[in-house]
Amino acid sequence: MTALPASTQRKLGLVIDLDTCVGCHACVISCKGWNTENYGAPLSDQEPYGKDPSGTFLNRVHSYEVQPLATSDAVQPAAQLVHFPKSCLHCEDAPCVTVCPTGASYKRVEDGIVLVNEADCIGCGLCAWACPYGAREMDAEEGVMKKCTLCVDRIYNENLPEVDRVPVCVRTCPAGARHFGDFADPDSHVSKLTAERGGFDLMPEQGTKPVNKYLPPRARDQLDEAPQIDILAPFLDTVAEEPTGFVAWLDRALSKV
Amino acid sequence: MHPAPSVIVFTTLSGLGFGLLFWLGTGITTPTGWTAFAFFAIGYILAVGGLIASTFHLGHPERALKAFTQWRTSWLSREGCAAVAALIIMALYGAGLVFFDQRWAALGWLGAALCLVVTFTTAMIYAQMKTVPRWRTWLTPALLLMISLAGGALLAGQVTLTLVLLPIAALIQIAWWMRGDGALVRSGTNLATATGLGDIGDPRAFEPPHTGTNYLLREFVHVVGRRHSRKLRAIAFVFGYVLPVLLLGLPGGHITAALAVICHVAGISASRWLFFAEAEHVVGLYYGKRSA
Repeated sequence: MTALPASTQRKLGLVIDLDTCVGCHACVISCKGWNTENYGAPLSDQEPYGKDPSGTFLNRVHSYEVQPLATSDAVQPAAQLVHFPKSCLHCEDAPCVTVCPTGASYKRVEDGIVLVNEADCIGCGLCAWACPYGAREMDAEEGVMKKCTLCVDRIYNENLPEVDRVPVCVRTCPAGARHFGDFADPDSHVSKLTAERGGFDLMPEQGTKPVNKYLPPRARDQLDEAPQIDILAPFLDTVAEEPTGFVAWLDRALSKV
Repeated sequence: MHPAPSVIVFTTLSGLGFGLLFWLGTGITTPTGWTAFAFFAIGYILAVGGLIASTFHLGHPERALKAFTQWRTSWLSREGCAAVAALIIMALYGAGLVFFDQRWAALGWLGAALCLVVTFTTAMIYAQMKTVPRWRTWLTPALLLMISLAGGALLAGQVTLTLVLLPIAALIQIAWWMRGDGALVRSGTNLATATGLGDIGDPRAFEPPHTGTNYLLREFVHVVGRRHSRKLRAIAFVFGYVLPVLLLGLPGGHITAALAVICHVAGISASRWLFFAEAEHVVGLYYGKRSA
């Protein structure tokens, strides 16, 4: 049934640290790789080497420029560049699930993961319409809806070493900007991070109650405001103010010419 | 939103077809024999033709039967169930008129009610979308229902009824356009809430995820020039509402009536194209496409 569960035993999801993400797109590539080779239909590309390439991705990294407001201290504050990975937020009130006419979309009671049963999907696209985040993409080759599975085929996979039993985007991130865990447990790594760093929801006004949280970028260091400590300066100081010897003679001779 | 021809054809023709079947069901006109056959055939061709067109945009139309299962939560599923129920009941009612010269009134009223339910559920598929503020209003079902009723009356040859209903539909259309133009801004969803970066300052989309296009941009980010949209609105309004009313005022019987129907369908199709093409899905914000 496409009715949402009243509550889920666990709330698995991601914390994405906008302060740490360097925008390398490694999570995008690893996601495409893992999910093309594993759960469900592969993520196809159309004209990958042609003049109008496009393809299915479950995770995309946007980049935004934020211009802080001018203050009396910082008249012209520097703009901040924020890399912004976006994938399914596995919402508690997932609007994509209830609109599904066939029951292909569902939210799991045991861990809250939102999945698509591709054998039941008619490819009507309504779930992608209902998602405000653009987390669902219709695969142009298979005609079924694709979305982040939170690597459901990794996190419970006992054939993998324990260190690999996390979503592949989390495992890959070289900056440690992505964290995976259970938000229903207040003592989990992700719950603590969210509490400590003021994790927030995307588009809270849409009422989707996303499970995934984003951590805000920290304020950038202000170099021109901090006291200047230049450790090289003493070594680069002028050694002699007045020339002596041959250089002094040359200086005098040239001045007379 | 991408104005998919299959969905425009579906909502326009099915709305008209179920509108005609509604009036036949109410018994406001009770043709019998071959006349009844002609009326019901037109109603079914429009309604069923539209429904068939709507399956063209499915990735897997062969699994369409599964869409009847989730009526408890899904407006699309409810629409499918209502459409099948309405078509079966109206077929029985029509058989009575065509073959037995009998009007089974109870069956007719039940069928008529189901025809309204079909159009209402179609409208709710759009009106439920919080992600498309332009659609999310009770005016959307009001508009689609009134267009269906007015168009149905026009097809059923009910001149007085059409002259009452079509102007009402026109007024709702104007209200729907006027409300829709500020809907995205009023919804409170913008790039600041989408990214959560509004506390720092004014966010701006700096670089998209890919240099090329993707499904999201093709499906949800369709931008119509304001100038074209104004022109198309005028065309839709004149053809869909004004000309049919004027033509019905002229003497000329079936010829002016047929012209009125053709104008109406053309105008409503244009209006329906705009319904999709002008609708701003909030995902466009992430791509910096919605800064107005």
